[in-house]
Amino acid sequence: MISTDRAVPSYRLAPNYRPFVMPALIVVCAVIIFPWAFTVWMSANDWTLGQARTFVGAENYINLALDARFWESLWHTIYYTALAVILPLFLGTIAALIFDEQFPLRGFLRGVFVMPMMATPVAIALVWTMMFHPQLGILNYFLSLVGIEAQGWIYDQATVIPSLVIVEVWQWTPLVMLIVLGGLAAVPREPYESAEIDGANGWQKFRYLTLPMIGPFLMIAVIIRTIDALKSFDIIYAMTQGGPGTASETINIYLYNVAFSYYNIGYASAMAIIFFILIVILSFVLLIVRQCTVWSQAGDGK
Amino acid sequence: MTHKILGRIGFLFAALVFVSPVVLFFLWMLSLSLKFEIDNAAYPPVFIPEHFAWSNYVKVFAENNFFRYFWNSLLVTGTATLLALVIGVPAGYGIARLKAQKSAIVIMIARMTPGLSFLIPMFLLFQWMNLIGTLWPQIIIHLVVTVPLVVWIMMGYFETTPIELEEAASIDGATSWQVFRMVALPIAKPGIVVSFILSIIFSWNNFVFGVVLANRETRTLPVAVYNMLSFEQVSWGPLAAAALIVTLPVLILTMFAQKEIVAGLTAGAVKGG
Repeated sequence: MISTDRAVPSYRLAPNYRPFVMPALIVVCAVIIFPWAFTVWMSANDWTLGQARTFVGAENYINLALDARFWESLWHTIYYTALAVILPLFLGTIAALIFDEQFPLRGFLRGVFVMPMMATPVAIALVWTMMFHPQLGILNYFLSLVGIEAQGWIYDQATVIPSLVIVEVWQWTPLVMLIVLGGLAAVPREPYESAEIDGANGWQKFRYLTLPMIGPFLMIAVIIRTIDALKSFDIIYAMTQGGPGTASETINIYLYNVAFSYYNIGYASAMAIIFFILIVILSFVLLIVRQCTVWSQAGDGK
Repeated sequence: MTHKILGRIGFLFAALVFVSPVVLFFLWMLSLSLKFEIDNAAYPPVFIPEHFAWSNYVKVFAENNFFRYFWNSLLVTGTATLLALVIGVPAGYGIARLKAQKSAIVIMIARMTPGLSFLIPMFLLFQWMNLIGTLWPQIIIHLVVTVPLVVWIMMGYFETTPIELEEAASIDGATSWQVFRMVALPIAKPGIVVSFILSIIFSWNNFVFGVVLANRETRTLPVAVYNMLSFEQVSWGPLAAAALIVTLPVLILTMFAQKEIVAGLTAGAVKGG
């Protein structure tokens, strides 16, 4: 039918895979590359929707550098991200060590544990908002049971970011757990047996055997968590919209407000670009750190 | 022997400690959704009410056009996922076989970019094209999430499927398309299931695109439930009921497809580095 003698070697040498990629390439260009090019162009214009557009070159970027609210939102973003990376990392690793063991109902409990990160963030955020309520919220009731005074949670400028992070931790600790669990599955048994013969205790085994071996997986968790926490929008927007005042306004929320509340498209575009560059730089730094940890561990192994 | 059993009980207990915030949260959500306002405003809180307020659920559907929004969510999520599979599965195959690192980086960058940055230019584009007011803007922009996800998972999956069978088929004279269709695709079914499920979940949960692009008629469920918060004088029962309705399909899917989701997330995540 189709087979001709000449066709055989040519397919064998170079099967044509490019057509498979073409549709995706077109879509990526249309919904990813084009928007980016357009954003770069917009960022060089002074343009509020419904008004005249004028070319201003780098002015938006200069204004951004002088914008106190932007710097404040950057600080909020860093604060939020640091907490939202470290806490899930710590708790997720402990959870992974537990779920790596054998015990009854293990599969079922793991399934339950994974549910928060699949649940719809907005729906989750609404229920947390009710739980954080200063007078009627269940959290302050629990605090009162153990004799701690009522907190303002997301309604207090001082506690709003840590409170939001509680939700983030609740939702994303399972992802860290899954990643680390994947790492633990690949850990060989023999070193532990020899360590036991040498009389190592549980902590020593964890510190000198487990931790170095799951190091690369922890770094992956850090990278993914960092990117996600920087981009976090749904929970913050649904719960506080950046408030009270601007106390929980991260760059992403500020960006949203500039673009879709003030319709200041040019300025928002400049901010989007700076924000994206920040994310890229940070991920590359983390990737490099990851390379280093992998190397140093290879060195330690000798 | 007893030592081992004690150890297992200890780990079970530790696991329960970790799982309890999850269980308690969802139980509290259910409790809120089944209580009348008087119970929801009670202090100390009522955990299990004397009378269940099933009417909260009726109210959500009766007063908030929720059938409409459910249908919108189904259409947007379904179309965006199917399109992503049609486009993304062959692309994942092509990238895996071409060993195209550069395309992989593009996909990676797409995953790193905040959704909002796509929204500004796309919002303007949709306005000029007069598409606002239809579901198309949301379907198209959901592809930003679903296509990279499917490509990424399928790329990883096709890298693990054996190439020998495909080579044998092409020696027998099959075209590239036939090799893909008859040999590679059937083997990749588990990978397709994983990317299908994850694509559905992430598209269903998406909020930021809808909040900008949807109007009264074209809202998806997450946006609809958020709007209830801002417009209705906060009454907790119906609000919690609505929140549960939005997230229940995803939770059920998570329960039934736990294995696939775990596999997909860890594969996707580990590849992410």
